[in-house]
Amino acid sequence: MAHDDGALPSAARRHFILGTSAVGLGIAAVDALAATAPTQAAPAASHTHRVRFTLNGERREIALDTRTTLLDVLRQNLGMPGTKKGCDRGQCGACTVLVDGRRVNSCLMLAVTLEGAEVTTIEGLSKSGPHPAQVAFLERDAFQCGYCTPGQIMSCVALVDEYRKGMPSHVTPDVGARSIALTDDEIRERMSGNICRCGAYVNIVQAVRDVAGRQEA
Amino acid sequence: MRAFDYTEARSVDEALAAIGPDAKFLAGGTNLVDLMKGDVEQPMKLIGINSLKLTDIAPTASGGVRIGAMVRNSDCAAHPLIRERYPLLSQALLAGASPQLRNMASMGGNLLQRTRCYYFYDAAFDRCNKRKPGSGCAAREGFNRIHAILGASEQCVATHPSDMAVAMAALDAVVEVRGRDGERRIPMAEFHRLPGDTPQRDTTLEPGELIVAIELPAASGLAQRSQYLKVRDRASYAFALVSVACALEMDGGAVKDARLALGGVAHKPWRALDAERGLVGSKLDAAAIDRAAQACVAGAQPLQDNAFKVELAKRTVARALRTVGGVA
Repeated sequence: MAHDDGALPSAARRHFILGTSAVGLGIAAVDALAATAPTQAAPAASHTHRVRFTLNGERREIALDTRTTLLDVLRQNLGMPGTKKGCDRGQCGACTVLVDGRRVNSCLMLAVTLEGAEVTTIEGLSKSGPHPAQVAFLERDAFQCGYCTPGQIMSCVALVDEYRKGMPSHVTPDVGARSIALTDDEIRERMSGNICRCGAYVNIVQAVRDVAGRQEA
Repeated sequence: MRAFDYTEARSVDEALAAIGPDAKFLAGGTNLVDLMKGDVEQPMKLIGINSLKLTDIAPTASGGVRIGAMVRNSDCAAHPLIRERYPLLSQALLAGASPQLRNMASMGGNLLQRTRCYYFYDAAFDRCNKRKPGSGCAAREGFNRIHAILGASEQCVATHPSDMAVAMAALDAVVEVRGRDGERRIPMAEFHRLPGDTPQRDTTLEPGELIVAIELPAASGLAQRSQYLKVRDRASYAFALVSVACALEMDGGAVKDARLALGGVAHKPWRALDAERGLVGSKLDAAAIDRAAQACVAGAQPLQDNAFKVELAKRTVARALRTVGGVA
């Protein structure tokens, strides 16, 4: 439901969703997946690699088993559990983050390849209060369980950026066209890399439309 | 996942010097890392090639376009030269995977995607000649709805999963590769192979060779008048059951030149040369379209669960021809 008066939805859900996605760190201690890191034998020296990258504006340097994905580094090594592990095989989009400003599946990105990269997660979207995309998802109630929401929001942010750069999609009637209308079909296609098993798609489309509209204005 | 060493190559020469029998090049990783998670691929060493400066899309002297192997799928699809001159390629790229995966996947890597045959992709299955040569093919007697109807062998009925490669085949692209012994150019028609008795080999790439670019020949009227039509189980983010890359050059009401390539039906992008020849010089009427559709599936040998693909392929070809040819 839209909140035309600008008021945010109920405090409980708001705190829940901001707690898991926007702030994240607050619930790191009780995050089940982060608490049950898979046990791996200590890697040989040649299988350990040092990598330096920027995470949400802060420089990080970490020595890692070469097998570690960006998703696991975030959740298990760097205390950023806002990025979610859904399928862990590039099929659901729950792990979507921005690397050098572009959305990627962090579950399929080996952390050793990140040397010099800039990574933005749901925790780093905004320095002051919720990002407009987070606000839109709250206002439109664009989630049910909320697990896919951080990935949906990261995709939404990237979608608006890609659209403003004039990038076409599979449903764009003429890929050669200079101007593309951001129809609901375009939004659905451009968000299709993020699966929502609760099926909150109707409200997600509305939230994305709000964000794209507001940023154009 | 098995433990492995990692080195980042700073140049093509460095990459070629570092590659060896148990090593693999790592580009976007969207397929390789996934396969490593499932223990289907178990390299001892990865050579990272994401820093290689193979990221240009530039016109060639002969009027074509050369696409660097490390250009990301999304960047190629959105590039003005590709959108203007080869919309078929943009369409095919945009029909594949998801925006996130297209941002990661490289052009070279897309060509080297492995099949999504369930029995290949899940190492829990004992029999797969592609994964374990000589072990048999579980798909032949298994659930084979997504498998090949053309060009398969007793040993393997897998299909090639790429959309991009189907458009590349229709456009007569050439794959530029480099090895320690130098460079060679492989036409798309010869790049992917049929399974025969050696289904473990997807392509004619030799061990240690690296794809450095893909070259498209000069765009003719063909490339402009084209469509990539993909049929799948859901509207987006799914592999093709059947796809068709169709391009036509018309001379009045008659077909001057035609290209038809099918995806989802064989171990490689299936160029339907007989169907193309049959169209040239004829009026694009219902009978000609029907003949072309029939020719595309000539020799089809469906399995237990995929006979529907024969009819689906014919109808997809017919619809693409009608759309591209502008006939109702």
